[in-house]
Amino acid sequence: MKFDRPATTNPSDRMAVLGQPHTRIDGKLKTTGTAAYAYERHDAVEGQLYGYPLGAGIARGHVLAMDTREAEAAPGVVTVVTTLQMEKLPQDDRNIVRLFGGPEIVHYHQAIAVVVAETFEQARAAANMIRVTYDEDTSEIYNLAEKREMVEDQDIQTHTNVGDFHTAFGQAEVKLDATYVTPPQTHVMMEPHASIAHWTDGRLRVWTSSQMIDWHRQALATTFSLDPEAVHVESPFIGGGFGGKLFLRADAVLAALGAKKAGRPVKVALPRPMVINNTTHRAETIQHIRIGATKEGKITAIFHDCVSNTPPGGAGEDATNQTRYFYAGEHRLIVNRLAQVRLPESNSMRAPGEAAGLMALEVAMDEMAEKLGMDPVEFRIANDTQVVPENPSQKFSQRRFVECLRHGAETFGWTNPKPMSQRDGDWLIGHGMSGAYRGAPAQPSGARVRLQPNGRLIVETDMTDIGTGSYTILAQTAAEMTGLPMDRIEMRLGNSSFPVSSGSGGQFGAASSTAGLYAACVALRAMIAERMQADPDTLDFRDGQVIDGARSLPLSGFASEGEMVAEDKIEFGDFRSKEYKLATFAAHFVETRVNAYTGEIRLQRMLSVCDAGRILNPVTARSQVIGGMTMGVGSALMEKLDVDDKRGFFVNHDLAGYEVPVHLDIPQQEVIFLTGDDPVSTPLKAKGVGELGISGVAAAVANAIHNATGVRVRDFPITLDKFIDRLPPV
Amino acid sequence: MKPFTYERVSTAAAAAAAAAANPGAKFIAGGTNLLDLMKLEIEAPTHLIDVNATGLDKIEPTAEGGLRIGAMVRNTDLAADVRVRRDYPVLSRALLAGASGQLRNKATTSGNLLQRTRCPYFYDTNMPCNKRAPGSGCGAMDGISRQLAVIGGSDACIATHPGDMPVAMRVLDAVVETVDAAGKTRSIPMADFHTLPGDTPEVETVLKQGEFITAVTLPAPVGGRQIYHKVRDRASYAFALVSVAAIVQPDGTGRVAFGGLAHKPWRVEEAETEMPNGARAVTARALADADPTGDNAYKLSLAERTLALVLAEAKE
Repeated sequence: MKFDRPATTNPSDRMAVLGQPHTRIDGKLKTTGTAAYAYERHDAVEGQLYGYPLGAGIARGHVLAMDTREAEAAPGVVTVVTTLQMEKLPQDDRNIVRLFGGPEIVHYHQAIAVVVAETFEQARAAANMIRVTYDEDTSEIYNLAEKREMVEDQDIQTHTNVGDFHTAFGQAEVKLDATYVTPPQTHVMMEPHASIAHWTDGRLRVWTSSQMIDWHRQALATTFSLDPEAVHVESPFIGGGFGGKLFLRADAVLAALGAKKAGRPVKVALPRPMVINNTTHRAETIQHIRIGATKEGKITAIFHDCVSNTPPGGAGEDATNQTRYFYAGEHRLIVNRLAQVRLPESNSMRAPGEAAGLMALEVAMDEMAEKLGMDPVEFRIANDTQVVPENPSQKFSQRRFVECLRHGAETFGWTNPKPMSQRDGDWLIGHGMSGAYRGAPAQPSGARVRLQPNGRLIVETDMTDIGTGSYTILAQTAAEMTGLPMDRIEMRLGNSSFPVSSGSGGQFGAASSTAGLYAACVALRAMIAERMQADPDTLDFRDGQVIDGARSLPLSGFASEGEMVAEDKIEFGDFRSKEYKLATFAAHFVETRVNAYTGEIRLQRMLSVCDAGRILNPVTARSQVIGGMTMGVGSALMEKLDVDDKRGFFVNHDLAGYEVPVHLDIPQQEVIFLTGDDPVSTPLKAKGVGELGISGVAAAVANAIHNATGVRVRDFPITLDKFIDRLPPV
Repeated sequence: MKPFTYERVSTAAAAAAAAAANPGAKFIAGGTNLLDLMKLEIEAPTHLIDVNATGLDKIEPTAEGGLRIGAMVRNTDLAADVRVRRDYPVLSRALLAGASGQLRNKATTSGNLLQRTRCPYFYDTNMPCNKRAPGSGCGAMDGISRQLAVIGGSDACIATHPGDMPVAMRVLDAVVETVDAAGKTRSIPMADFHTLPGDTPEVETVLKQGEFITAVTLPAPVGGRQIYHKVRDRASYAFALVSVAAIVQPDGTGRVAFGGLAHKPWRVEEAETEMPNGARAVTARALADADPTGDNAYKLSLAERTLALVLAEAKE
């Protein structure tokens, strides 16, 4: 099915099942520990061995020698695979740095060996016995601020240069010129990267934890020089991804190498320090923002310049993206710089770009409102735009940001209190708000539906559920489209033998995969209409019946002589991006307390009002947003990978050192979705919310801290060491 | 983890004897720290002596009016003990500020005293660390030291003791009771129990090989307002940036010990004479010899301000 014009009325509009607060259909499996994650697939294949990885102990240089004799002789060890035994393996285009092979070390904890043994403990102990001799290169510079000055012309991208920013800024009546820093962050999903690999007759099967089944299949085929048809990937349950499991990682490569050499299936999980230093992270950014406005608060000039770290060939964290679209202003200059820093690979993490960009932009907007003496809500409303500012012929398909702001302000009881004006005993109280913008992309997505003689419907797609609720919203889509009750829908996800889907990433998963399943269901309905010699548009599917005027037939009857199978794929026409700009919006409001003595920060309440098209399931959507808000609190207050500038690695590489919020850090959270739909987005008129939820949150927290203390911290996270000396004396 | 042998002993004497007979041995009780370190091969004992069944799990009154806390008393049980809550609330509060409920259920009184530093360079065996690998250097001093010691450190080491309970025990003038293989007992005041790093940061206490902790004794209650305030980067389940254990009497005199600042709970008795004069006067003396890094100088302000909060709270 080609989606090449905005949706009109269609069967999904009935909203009898879609849009309803259905609890997660996989919830019981998750909460009873019976959903088997990759490392726990004991059922998958007999005779599994354990592989334990060894990461490089240096950040840059070469492996000169590896003495594996002691490891190979250790109890239970079956085999040892080292990086010196092979050339660098062929690398998929989506990976920026190498996963395995050859003597060169390009980052700390790059995988250099896997020890395969009968038990996990034996493999781990033997991995520690490998003696590695390095030729270490200590000349590298890992400090982003230093590298910023060394960025070369080809790594500077000017996204927008309209009007004359410099003149307009020079003449502006009110100006802000400030620099913000956001730190490197790690996904630290609960389930580490883990895979079981098994070879049979030159075919490779991998049970893994992947957001993108087909990307993993293709990358494995490339890595091991196989036909993609010879690779099978399964990932039905995923313990979180946040962008960290988009691409093939070392766990699956090491498992496959170990399995090949051992001649038996091998499982590998990355230890937590390797999750952090071996895989990907969100890059650090240094963002320079300048805003000029009239005294009345109309933005006339806006400038956003971002630099972030990436290995050569990567894209870093382009934190400028939202600034192209979020606020009006005639004169605009937006520049992104890539600093080649040879830390581990920086890549996507939840809301790549916007999450970091809004941390800076939305604090800048708060600072600007303060300079103008305006309510920050009103300042944002005054600079709303319904068209893309740098290309006014392109309009937002739907943008109800102002409604988010007004509704949020009213619900929260926003009064725009003056800084340091509220206090309760030893606690300074602050209110803060921010806006949020996140794009609403869509990707091609396929699905297959199989109507069974017993009246059940099997849904197959390689779509993944990374904790987001894909199982549930896809089942709701199938139930809506076929008129079957939810308990007659059998969902099968995360398997490369199923039609290729969008996968989970970029907040496109929910909108795209439900659209793909919609297409398959439309195909099924057409087959049934043909059998009935009826017009598919006039058929009504409800309560297990197909109704054509006075005629009503049980749906199961169409499969009485064998299952009825329909498959299709949604593809999106370019009208979606050429004529329109599709995005999601939110307004965040936060109340916090800051201890006047110690600077300890305790949030009191949070509110998010979201504009994200049709909400397919308010329960799972809310879970996405409160998860994003929680991650946003982490960004605001504590999450930071500490870079050892001298040795080139992330020092706090475990969950004791990399702190994320605990329950006590998270206050009452309220989420409101504006009701409505966006026909330009998909046939189901839906967009994503999973990344919108984190976007802008940290800035609202930062603005609330400023409101409480009068102190502005432009370097995230806002830990008390950065402002304790700026608090009033006690 | 390296292979090791294991035995379970049922008396303190047997524990000490087993350790004396086996120089590569370590005692294991709750295992909440040791097992992690063994998995990383930062600790590699060849023999483990399980001391959980030594019967040292009672809290008993002493003839002097204090309390004798058995070495195997779990953190959860100690924090909940009605006598501790009534007479030594600073200890109960310190315990509850530490770790998580699950960890406190396992962690023991003696094990907590022997908890090792959480310096990230100590935990990464690829990095230099004089405490883990004497003579290898210190990665933290020119690396990341935001959490580390501001006072009492040396050119070799700026690690901190991570515990909360020992800070409260220090301010309570607790005494550590031990026994050795010869049956000889020793009473070690908390002030002397932990050592500063000096040239031997691998040494953290005055215990000798084979010497086994049997109890911690608290002197008779001293009354006063007893407060433990722990400041950290999140609201719970994190190590202290700075913590303050204080006992403040109605006349404003009192005692104070700090956590998160040094290789041991930090208490300077002479500085306590300044307590009636306020936090700044106390910390000016208690932290006079501080030698912070650029990363952790904030701890000096934070210690003063946290003490100020505690003193204000004590007046309420």
